[in-house]
Amino acid sequence: MKLDPATIERLEAQAIQYLDWLKRWLEPANLARLRPKLEFQTGILAGFALIASVLLGVTNCSTEGTIQQRLDEDLKYSLEEVVPAALHDNDMLQDTRNIPSAEYNIGAEQTTVYLAKKSAAVTAVCFKFTAPDGYSGAINMIMGIDRGGNILGVRVLSHKETPGLGDKIEVSKSNWILNFVGRSLDNLTPAQWAVKKDGGEFDQFAGATITPRKSVQAIYRGLQLFKAHQAELINP
Amino acid sequence: MFLSASFRKIAADGIWNNNIVFGQNLALCPLLAVTGTATNGLGMGLATLVVITASNGLISVARHLIPSEIRIPVFVLLIAALVTLVDILMNAWAHELYKVLGLFIALIVTNCALLGRAEAFASKQPVKEALWDGLMMGLGFTLVLVALGAAREISSSGTLFANASLLLGESFRFLEVTVIPDYKGFLLMALPPGGFIMLAFLIVGKRLIDQKLAFKKAPAVSLTEAVIE
Repeated sequence: MKLDPATIERLEAQAIQYLDWLKRWLEPANLARLRPKLEFQTGILAGFALIASVLLGVTNCSTEGTIQQRLDEDLKYSLEEVVPAALHDNDMLQDTRNIPSAEYNIGAEQTTVYLAKKSAAVTAVCFKFTAPDGYSGAINMIMGIDRGGNILGVRVLSHKETPGLGDKIEVSKSNWILNFVGRSLDNLTPAQWAVKKDGGEFDQFAGATITPRKSVQAIYRGLQLFKAHQAELINP
Repeated sequence: MFLSASFRKIAADGIWNNNIVFGQNLALCPLLAVTGTATNGLGMGLATLVVITASNGLISVARHLIPSEIRIPVFVLLIAALVTLVDILMNAWAHELYKVLGLFIALIVTNCALLGRAEAFASKQPVKEALWDGLMMGLGFTLVLVALGAAREISSSGTLFANASLLLGESFRFLEVTVIPDYKGFLLMALPPGGFIMLAFLIVGKRLIDQKLAFKKAPAVSLTEAVIE
């Protein structure tokens, strides 16, 4: 489409006219005259709300994909922490299975299990779970289990436990959480799945017993969840 | 001096005389929540600095448009939208930084200091002054956060700027120092009550310095007054 010079000139003149009007309208004196008017106030409030929502909506839509990608990368990183790279050659984020977990008290009705496969056979599974009853809120964890039910690794993803006392469950603060590697429901009795104070196998921390106790119990429940679905998970 | 007198006054007000925490006693909620370590304080301070400067600028640009009857909802709307924007954009494009600072960004919405500056300064001043005021107020706030964070960190765990390399990048690892080796730790200071206690000490310190300065400026007057009384 090509416009003839006369039309362009007319449009330009019109645009200049509108801009001029806008400039005059935006003069502080003119705005001062308008400000006490109720319809101006309503319009301004609505206008600001509209601009803010459009801006937020556009930003949200345009970054949604990128943010999801970043979150996937984070998840992948946590999965790699608890499932050794040598055990799988698939993309664990794509190989998932949902199992009901409401009765295990691990913070979710449904748990997404990530399957680690080598040559199309499941070698290990990995899932996120929660100790909902930590000392000051939920303790979110992730655990990798091999096909025989032995723990490959556990990590704490987030928690609100007391800094300096309960935060020893983090691997960066102490290696307490590494004690779980190789443990399973078979090589420890249910009574041993507890902190030493309760007659079990695992250390508590000086000044903080509840945090490790609840962590141990949640890991135990996670293993039970795996055991209940072991057959269908390792032979998909 | 390369700054005019009014700009110098804004800077002095923001950093010392009318400091958000010491002068106005605002923003205590985010202040006490994050100053467990100096690094966290610095992170929160920098995030606030950016947002308060932007919100001051935005509100100053739009100041003639905003009738005083509806100014509060408009300010709240602008600040909330701005914080959410920063939050979303950082999550997408500066994800590593977001994982460290993300918690603080959301807290900025609860920072009444932003609304305070919008109301008391930005809505009445030209854009340049408003931006400068935001910058200086943010700087003053950052300094207090770092000071309080450092004092609490040293007394609670004997370290200073622990994990600074997570926030600022590997090149800032030199900031991480152990001030008191083999320190047993003093948990109270890491917990919220420790924040209140340490803040009280800092405020006392600031008042003492102010008193000394005032005394120096007019020693004769205050001396005679004291004698007469």
